[in-house]
Amino acid sequence: MAKVMELARVASQVILADGVYSMWIETKKIALEALPGQFISLYTKDNSKLLPRPISICEIDREKGLIRIVYRVLGGGTEEFSCYKEGDYIEILGPLGNGFSIEAGAAGKRAFIIGGGIGIPPMLELSKHLACEKQIILGYRDSIFLKEEFSPYGVTYVATEDGSEGTKGNVLDAVKEHGLSADVIFACGPTPMLKAIKAYAKENGIECYLSMEERMACGIGACLACVCKSSEVDDHSKVHNKRVCKDGPVFQAEEVDF
Amino acid sequence: MNTKVNLAGIELKNPVMTASGTFGSGEEYSEMIDLNHLGAVVTKGVANIPWPGNPTPRIAETHGGMLNAIGLQNPGMEVFVQRDIPFLKQYDTKIIVNVCGKTTEDYLEVVERLSNESVDMLEINISCPNVKEGGIAFGQDPKAVEAITREVKKYAKQPVIMKLSPNVTDIGEMARAAEAGGADVLSLINTLTGMKIDINRRSFAVANKTGGLSGPAIKPIAVRMVYQVANAVKIPIIGMGGIMDADDAIEFILAGATAVSVGTASFRNPYATEEVVKGIEAYMKKYGVDDINDLIGAVR
Repeated sequence: MAKVMELARVASQVILADGVYSMWIETKKIALEALPGQFISLYTKDNSKLLPRPISICEIDREKGLIRIVYRVLGGGTEEFSCYKEGDYIEILGPLGNGFSIEAGAAGKRAFIIGGGIGIPPMLELSKHLACEKQIILGYRDSIFLKEEFSPYGVTYVATEDGSEGTKGNVLDAVKEHGLSADVIFACGPTPMLKAIKAYAKENGIECYLSMEERMACGIGACLACVCKSSEVDDHSKVHNKRVCKDGPVFQAEEVDF
Repeated sequence: MNTKVNLAGIELKNPVMTASGTFGSGEEYSEMIDLNHLGAVVTKGVANIPWPGNPTPRIAETHGGMLNAIGLQNPGMEVFVQRDIPFLKQYDTKIIVNVCGKTTEDYLEVVERLSNESVDMLEINISCPNVKEGGIAFGQDPKAVEAITREVKKYAKQPVIMKLSPNVTDIGEMARAAEAGGADVLSLINTLTGMKIDINRRSFAVANKTGGLSGPAIKPIAVRMVYQVANAVKIPIIGMGGIMDADDAIEFILAGATAVSVGTASFRNPYATEEVVKGIEAYMKKYGVDDINDLIGAVR
């Protein structure tokens, strides 16, 4: 579908953990077309901030025309969003990017759904759509958020850097500790985590999909700011740079050259 | 009401075009706006061969602006000619191709390759601040500006726009040099070299260390430079630098620009180019201006 810009109404906002917010937004069209793994661009009201903030879609309610984002306050833009209350309006553009392959998680397969930090939210909507057996592994630095919301969709494992809950260490430490195995991996999180997951998937011959992040400007593939190194020559510029916003954010692990 | 303007014999339906590098070749934005409404599409820089560009992060936001150091990533002229020109030809808008290179020969190769293609004008990028070997090396010395303009004019079949850098002591001198070399049109300003440091990571915000500053933060400098150049040369000027809306565009026209480019604004608002076209018409109606040409350089 064509991307659209909408002045959308904030339906609700709550704080989930220190600096982590959950906002439901009423959209006219975006919710109808959005897919798990896609993202939206949010525009600040403060005109001194020019660039939209790309934020992944955490949940989609097509019937009610709602989308949910869960984001961390990292600077002035997200700080502004965190102050919005029900009834406020926000300009958003979407749906953007390609989303996860639902077919890759067909019935009969066993999947790892891995989220690290603020890469966890998009894995929630994905978990609802995959027909396969889901083993959900969530990695946190310290405070936990969204964990309970995953439990209806699969067995959930947690890793924390400080060991305050679950496995002390990262998501792959949790995989080892619990002796887990899978046929397919879906992951979103910080780059070092994705790099480690790609290596793990290759070592074990597992199909693997990674959702990447990079600083963006236009969000639609025109400005070439948010490229990632790709193993193949990309379609756009015929070099080795795929656009995270348009060719991704979800890539097959082999496509990405860390 | 007439909104048509003339640039070196090329008639534009209105003075609004895209700024090179912010709009690709139009394909991505065409999902949201009607390219038929634009005076021209100015493409991202095209080199003789594919360029990979700079490492990431390539951009950073600053107060009222942004830094970019994309590094002119582009697929090279062959892919451009095969794929992007046919795409743009579907629309009733002028096609202006931005040409970049590392050496004079690189520029000439692209200019020659485009000579028989349906391209309305060429914009020669001698002002990219983010690529060491090319671009800016030509744009900061009046003798080099004149020499490359003269060489390009020998090969070009289309009118030539020379895109000037603001990163010079006297932009009027550069403008006169380009005019002396035979330039048909000047476009200005390219971005201003800037820097941002991430104090938490204690590192540069863009991997290239420096980047080109664009956005409303640079607009007063750009307006001043357009005014200055309009007083220094006789050839027409395409004004740009921080245009966010029609009011900004009219400021540039009053300062002496025949046409304007909208760049960074498209990131903030994908519909910005079309809205500037409509806003200029509304301004003309409000003040009873029958011909946009009466506004060009009207403030002296």
